[in-house]
Amino acid sequence: MELLIFYPLAGFCVVLALGVVFNTSPVGSALSLIGMMLGLAGIFVLQQAHFIAILQIIIYAGAIMVLFMFVIMLLNLKKGDDAGWIARDRNLLLSVLTGLLAVGILYKLSDIIFTAKMNTPAILPDSFGTVAIIGETLFTDFVLPFEVASILLLAAMVGAVVLAKTKLD
Amino acid sequence: MLEDTVPLSHYLMLSATLFVIGIVGVLVRRNVIVVFMSIEIMLNAVNISLIAFDNYMNLSSGQIFSFMVMCVAAAEVSVGLAIIIALHRNKPTVNLDEFNLLKW
Repeated sequence: MELLIFYPLAGFCVVLALGVVFNTSPVGSALSLIGMMLGLAGIFVLQQAHFIAILQIIIYAGAIMVLFMFVIMLLNLKKGDDAGWIARDRNLLLSVLTGLLAVGILYKLSDIIFTAKMNTPAILPDSFGTVAIIGETLFTDFVLPFEVASILLLAAMVGAVVLAKTKLD
Repeated sequence: MLEDTVPLSHYLMLSATLFVIGIVGVLVRRNVIVVFMSIEIMLNAVNISLIAFDNYMNLSSGQIFSFMVMCVAAAEVSVGLAIIIALHRNKPTVNLDEFNLLKW
């Protein structure tokens, strides 16, 4: 039954990810990316990670994509602004080779991945993936990374304000 | 076909596929914004496999890791978009090939 939910969701995500890369207008790419984020939230729910699924929708599909849309509108990007989008003409050969390399890596990875022997998930307690258990882990084993992340976000906030200012005084 | 659960390899395969799509996007597209979105796809692809391993081994550290990945992504997006706006102010284009001041 889970497979019946998994395959359409996974196909949806892959198609929309391809849509991000091959769409000619930046707004279309951004909308595909929002759809992909929502599909991924569905996959996280399928993996019993409910808290992360909600975070995915709030942070990625909500905050980050709004920021992207905002910048696209601010820069007034139009369809086909990057006319030579397929590759640089100067190093077309290099681009093709690296593309082939990426696909080759995927092929090799799939070889390795299908030797994985884990076919059934662990017996999960009811509390798996809930806010309570994630919070407990976050505030016991991972307190230091949590605090460091807050400093990182503060630094990013200050950095974004400084970078986007028109004139530094 | 109608097994009860999804094998781990399927999640890993989805993750690898999305990651490679992200790499191809970074390599092939020349629009700064789209390249940035491809990086987001790669970050998301990693989250899938972190949570899949969590689910198969009954841990919660992988979920904390994906939480941290989301934090870093938020920081990265805010700074990166600020840089793009600053670049656009200096040179009104979004084509990556035009930004070659720091090249040798």
